[in-house]
Amino acid sequence: MKNRFAHFWRSVKLPLLAFTLAILSGGLLIAFSDPKVIALWKSPGKLLSEGFLVAIKAYEALFQGSIFDMNLTHKRFINGFYPLSETFTVAAPLILTALSVTLAFRAGLFNIGAQGQFIFGAIGASYVGFHFSLPPVIHILAAIAFALVLSGLWGGLVGLLKARTGAHEVIVTIMLNYVASYFLLWLLSTTTFLRKGRQDPIAPEVQENAQLPRLAGDSFRVNFAIIIALLVAWGIAVLLKRTTWGFQFRAVGANTLAAKTAGMSVPFVMTSVMVICGALAGLGGAVQILGSEHALTAGAAGSFGFDAITVALLGRAQPVGTVLAAILFAALRAGGLTMQANTTTPIDIVLVIQALVVLFIAAPTLVRAVFRLKNVKTTSDMTAKGWNG
Amino acid sequence: MSVELRAITKTFGALVANDAISLRVEDGEIHAILGENGAGKSTLMNILYGLLQPDSGEISVDNKSVTINAPSDALAVGIGMVHQHFMLIPVFTVAENIVLGHEKTKSLGTLDLSQARAEIARISKEFNFDVDPDAVVETLPVGIQQRVEVIRALMYNAKVLILDEPTAVLTPQETDELLTVMKRLKSQGTSIIFITHKLREVQAVADRITIIRRGKVVGTALPSATQEELATQMVGRPVVLALNKKHPAPGRSLLAIKDLTVTDNRGVELVKNINLEVRAGEIVAVAGVQGNGQTELARAILNLEPHCRGEIQIDGENILGRSVSDAIHSGVAFVPESRELDGLISSFSISENLILDVFDKEPYGKKLAMFPSVVRSEAEKRIQEFDIRTQSVTDPVSSLSGGNKQKVVLARELSRPVKVVVASQPTRGLDVGSIEFVHERMIAERDAGRGVLLFSTELDEVFALADRIAVMYKGEIIDIVPATISRSDLGLLMAGVKQVKA
Ligand SMILES: Nc1ncnc2c1ncn2[C@@H]1O[C@H](COP(=O)(O)OP(=O)(O)OP(=O)(O)O)[C@@H](O)[C@H]1O
Ligand SMILES: [Mg+2]
Repeated sequence: MKNRFAHFWRSVKLPLLAFTLAILSGGLLIAFSDPKVIALWKSPGKLLSEGFLVAIKAYEALFQGSIFDMNLTHKRFINGFYPLSETFTVAAPLILTALSVTLAFRAGLFNIGAQGQFIFGAIGASYVGFHFSLPPVIHILAAIAFALVLSGLWGGLVGLLKARTGAHEVIVTIMLNYVASYFLLWLLSTTTFLRKGRQDPIAPEVQENAQLPRLAGDSFRVNFAIIIALLVAWGIAVLLKRTTWGFQFRAVGANTLAAKTAGMSVPFVMTSVMVICGALAGLGGAVQILGSEHALTAGAAGSFGFDAITVALLGRAQPVGTVLAAILFAALRAGGLTMQANTTTPIDIVLVIQALVVLFIAAPTLVRAVFRLKNVKTTSDMTAKGWNG
Repeated sequence: MSVELRAITKTFGALVANDAISLRVEDGEIHAILGENGAGKSTLMNILYGLLQPDSGEISVDNKSVTINAPSDALAVGIGMVHQHFMLIPVFTVAENIVLGHEKTKSLGTLDLSQARAEIARISKEFNFDVDPDAVVETLPVGIQQRVEVIRALMYNAKVLILDEPTAVLTPQETDELLTVMKRLKSQGTSIIFITHKLREVQAVADRITIIRRGKVVGTALPSATQEELATQMVGRPVVLALNKKHPAPGRSLLAIKDLTVTDNRGVELVKNINLEVRAGEIVAVAGVQGNGQTELARAILNLEPHCRGEIQIDGENILGRSVSDAIHSGVAFVPESRELDGLISSFSISENLILDVFDKEPYGKKLAMFPSVVRSEAEKRIQEFDIRTQSVTDPVSSLSGGNKQKVVLARELSRPVKVVVASQPTRGLDVGSIEFVHERMIAERDAGRGVLLFSTELDEVFALADRIAVMYKGEIIDIVPATISRSDLGLLMAGVKQVKA
């Protein structure tokens, strides 16, 4: 037990410290980008105290926007948790999409294509959601199933190309992201997908039966998607740890030659991993539509597919880490909006903090130097290779 | 230059890898360190070279105490090291590898290699190294790569050279050349710390020998000691250096290679039209100078070579052109030449490495499910049986000593029911005690009615195990001779000289 804890601590230490550093340097940035603060440059004492206040205010707003807001409690105390509900609403698709990147990492592949796979999942779910009328539950299952098939095929294509022709997955997925984005745009201009009476690219709303049930009543958007995401994360952890497939995925990721010599089929692994990765990101797209958006739009994928890469890196390519990192990012994103609204701090600062977290993670020596640590574990399970791999 | 290590202690968790080790290397001395696999030799040397920090203990150079926190400190006081596993960048040239970390630049910031080139050429000439500074490292044979490491150490004026099992990967000729170089270096005043498991080499060059067992110095010896004496001191019990082997009783053909030709991507024939048979209950050794197609032949049997013609029958069934997994499951055990490259996954645990090619077979796995508790308990048995020195089977294989890694590969391949064992350099890096064990095991496999195809550059090993010897030269098997052939005749055959039989 003690050992387990020590192990857990070792693996979260670095991300935690990196996050702390990012928050600190983010605070400096918030303070010194505020015109009020800068105006005080002649008296350093005031400058510091004002700067400190501004930073605290901004972070307070961030907290209010992501976890709990006192101002919302006048009717019912529980309403104060509205921001937390928002955080989990955003976290669900992000967890799933980031798991896609995480799984690929473990098999030695760099999946930049989560964005495109997300889009195909969203398309599939949306189509079944608005086009058919099915009984409850079944409608949701059908929509998700179709999303999984579309995005799984889309992802599998990458694996197949890599296995058969050696085409590098990074290039292929980047290109396929463009294809997916423009395909979506085109689709939304067709009569099947364009909502009646609308000019802007938006599909009809998915039917009630296809919408994921909300978890905490109608005043909160948090829905079944977060439960799906957590279950799937658990499933991926089990897949990697306790199944023959996971064993092969990890083996190919860690040493392709040894895996091959041991009789594992590298083409099979590449293709099946990418099918699963595609389906994971696609599921992210599906729950985004069925859970919170309810209608497919040109911007439905937002930047989920790209944030997913950052989240997977931050989560050190571990399912549990990925979940925690995704929730953190979702909180930053939800809170950033409030911060922008309530203070003069622009939401971009949140992006800077996100970037700093990743930067510090990527440069463990820096973190070690700052905190004067000796042995922070720096190895990770990311086995994706460079261009020669 | 003299070096002294005083009471060096190093622990990894609960394991004491070095337990108050003291050692003095005199000026211009070749000091050999002998010890079982996992005794703590590499650990001690890594401490001296600054790659590891001791928990306690002192190092002094020329009787002055020094602190070595990094390899750069070691180089600065004149200590150089050639590692058990090479540390060269394969796609760089020799010169680039050598200047790495000490690059000089021209005015515009471009790399200035001219001085390094001249220096390499000078050292190369002095020691008859024959190393081209502009050759890309990955295209060079291992023996030459090792010389590059030696040159690197010499370029930084190493007065003490640490050689950690330098001969494990060398052919006998390359070994002899290295030993000559070591003597030359010694005559110029360089001190050498020499780690090897081959007692003959120790006897040939060492001035003094320190013997380490389980992290402690257990004694010193002089090279005049017999191999039996050294082995006994090392292992702590008498070791049988000569094997007892019954007459073979060959049965049906288990491996039949027919007209096998292997070509590379460009169509160059690496293995030419080979015919070879291994029957149940016999050990056939393939002897030959490294690089005459042995590697490709061994890999072809596993279907690891993409361009093959001919037929390979396992117990009568052709498997050539099918999958690697088909070869494995038709009953082939395979010990690859390089454990680091394709024998092990270093980030995986020992228990996972022990099932690398049977992970989906019962009792370890079935369809999609794996049974980690069985994997672990079976691994416990293997590490007992093969005496793999580790703290836990869940430790990553990378934490093992070189020889213990090799034992993991052997334990995996020799522990499942197979028909044919194809083993390339199976005892590379093993100590004498473990070699004895592995040899006995291979003979037991033979006597249990399996066929063994052994690839080895160690003539001792070939003679100890083989019932028949196939000699490979330039991709062909030029002769198959009984193991009663004399050493000198075998040597001639390996050089491609085929005697006309009377
Ligand atoms: N990083 C590490 N973590 C845990 N244990 C380690 C680590 N490095 C070495 N060890 C252990 O320390 C012991 C000594 O290892 P070392 O590599 O020094 O042996 P060695 O004498 O060089 O053996 P060999 O002849 O097999 O190369 C071994 O039991 C090994 O498992
Ligand atoms: Mg060693």
